[in-house]
Amino acid sequence: MLPSPDEFKITLEQLLPGVSLTLDAGWLVVAPNDLVAVCRCLKENERFSLDYLANLTAVDYPSEQRMDLVYHLYSMAKKHGPVMLKVRLPRAHPVVASVTPIWRGAEFQEREVYDLFGVTFEGHPDLRRILMWEGFEGHPMRKDYVVEDQDVPT
Amino acid sequence: MELKTSISPTIETQQLEVNLGPQHPSTHGVFRMIATLDGERIVKLKPVMGYLHRNHEQIGERATYIASFPFTDRLDYFCAMSNNFGLALAIEKLGGIQASERGEYLRVIMAELTRLVNHTAVIGFLLNDMGAFGTPLLYAFREREKILDLFEAASGSRMMCNYVRPGGVREDVPEGWLERAREIVNAFPRFLDEFEALLTENEIVQQRCQHVGVLSKELAMNASITGPMLRASGVNYDIRKVDGYSIYPRFTFKIPLGTVGDVYDRYYVRILEMRESVNILQQALKEIPDSSASPAISPKGLALVKAPRTFRPPRGEAYGRIEAPKGELGFYLVSDGSSQPYRYHVRAPSFINLTVLEDMCLGYKVADVIIILGSIDIVMGEVDR
Amino acid sequence: MAVIGSGVLRGMGVTFKTFLETYPWGRLILRTLRIPVTNGLFTIPYPETKQQHPERFRYFPFLVYDGTPDNLRCVACKICEQECPPQCIHIVMEKDEQGRPVKAHGRTLPKQFDIDMSICMSCRICVDVCPFDAIEMDNEYELSASDRYEHMIFDKHKLLKSADYFQKIKPTEAATVDARLAAKKPKA
Repeated sequence: MLPSPDEFKITLEQLLPGVSLTLDAGWLVVAPNDLVAVCRCLKENERFSLDYLANLTAVDYPSEQRMDLVYHLYSMAKKHGPVMLKVRLPRAHPVVASVTPIWRGAEFQEREVYDLFGVTFEGHPDLRRILMWEGFEGHPMRKDYVVEDQDVPT
Repeated sequence: MELKTSISPTIETQQLEVNLGPQHPSTHGVFRMIATLDGERIVKLKPVMGYLHRNHEQIGERATYIASFPFTDRLDYFCAMSNNFGLALAIEKLGGIQASERGEYLRVIMAELTRLVNHTAVIGFLLNDMGAFGTPLLYAFREREKILDLFEAASGSRMMCNYVRPGGVREDVPEGWLERAREIVNAFPRFLDEFEALLTENEIVQQRCQHVGVLSKELAMNASITGPMLRASGVNYDIRKVDGYSIYPRFTFKIPLGTVGDVYDRYYVRILEMRESVNILQQALKEIPDSSASPAISPKGLALVKAPRTFRPPRGEAYGRIEAPKGELGFYLVSDGSSQPYRYHVRAPSFINLTVLEDMCLGYKVADVIIILGSIDIVMGEVDR
Repeated sequence: MAVIGSGVLRGMGVTFKTFLETYPWGRLILRTLRIPVTNGLFTIPYPETKQQHPERFRYFPFLVYDGTPDNLRCVACKICEQECPPQCIHIVMEKDEQGRPVKAHGRTLPKQFDIDMSICMSCRICVDVCPFDAIEMDNEYELSASDRYEHMIFDKHKLLKSADYFQKIKPTEAATVDARLAAKKPKA
């Protein structure tokens, strides 16, 4: 069985000196700089062995000037989960380290978040737009994106 | 497999870039692959997608929770029922809605019938990609047709069902429907036997599929592959068993696993999964409570159907996932207390399963790429969203 | 160890059996050999013969009236307009010069009720949310037209169909709707 979020926080902070986590309604909030270290520990430590990144997406909060990255982790070997990570990024300049070297499954999901939200993932092997075409301006899933009015001819 | 950089050591060759798709029947929709070839062998392959992108997630954020249901039908248009089911589970988690007993059974019956529909069609298309034009595909579609008739009788539409709702199903099945379903389900194993006699031991199928497009167990797990593709690589992971959502823990069924992880295993795992689905269906159709004992939808769910705008879930987030025929289908919802979701995200299985397309194709020939793609089982409505 | 080629031959046996199943004499042969015969599906020569649809088959919505076309059940409450996922319904309420709603048969009525059939996706949500059972799903599907604006935007007159018609195409559903309406009446 998976430990509770509180135990999680304590264990992780013991394993990784210098990393501090906060809890928010069942979510582990990780600082952007610690993300790779935490993820590597979660995947490789025998106690967690969270080898499966199920879902990676972003939520935009323009009123609070931030952008949340959301990670849902499960374990295929131990069949437990989910462990939910959140990374809070400044909305004006959202940059975070890529987790693709840890889980290949993040490759397309990070490209999608880059495309639709404009979050830059450092260390991603091939960060290009995936759903929109190259040369498209803007990021359509941001809350302030203005949808073109189809009733008005351009 | 050893990668040869040139065909002959003495003759210098040039690499050739070839566009496969987007307008080509073998790419299952508008999907494009930029393949770099050395002779006939693939040395690089980049998938290009997004031709069918309509920003389903933003449409979902501008509509009420219920108004997203008809749009989920169009995600993976082979499996409308299970797409509805996934969203219904996420909304139930978010709003604390309990489903009625009969509703749960009907949803599971529909989801498993969808699995039969999807897997028969996929195997038919895979054979079509292999060059067996028509015959296996039409045999598969003949059975699929019978199930689609069932869907039409229950929901009013063959493919865009829009039937499952939080709390149960939109309306109870008509009279005599369950008997018809039993008949079709009981006749299904015989079709599978026939289909297997046609294909499983066919030497041509074996030669084309065995040891082609091998996906190792480690890579499959690392790349978040789910569904029959993961199980063909030998990983025992089925969300129906792991999460035990809905009423799946009540049924006994096995999880078929492959050993090699090649195209043939992916084909064979799907056949075995259909047999297990028939098994679940037979149990569910036997145990389903009568409509007098339990309604098809719980009162809370019915209120939601009748007045979608009154449903305002408390602030919070929910991630609901199901074992869709193609893999893990997840819906991530964030509520801000209003009648529309603040964030609505779809974790599409076939989109993420495409991550390993290049890894599986390297070193094989162009004709193999087509069947490897066919064995992944993609639907562009879901990949591009 | 199986002989190479036996798998292909077995497969051909299946196709040959299916070939026999398509002819009456073939079915006779199969029956005498005690091989189970499956019923296939038959193509329907479409414009001449039409397929029998189940009762719930839905296509586009229509408006129901009782008795005469001016006695329609719709009260122009605009709930369906609001809930329609692709936003294809447009309703304007009938009002007099002072801006007060005009009433007929004791209820308000729509002046304009348009559905853009080229946008409608037959999801049935308008029927689910209507509190007056005024809108129902039709099963008429031969609606092809050459002009998207003139022919595909259905106005009120094109949408109106009688309650008898509804009873004819969907007897079970109409019966439950009528029972519900009858239960409502004494209160009003």
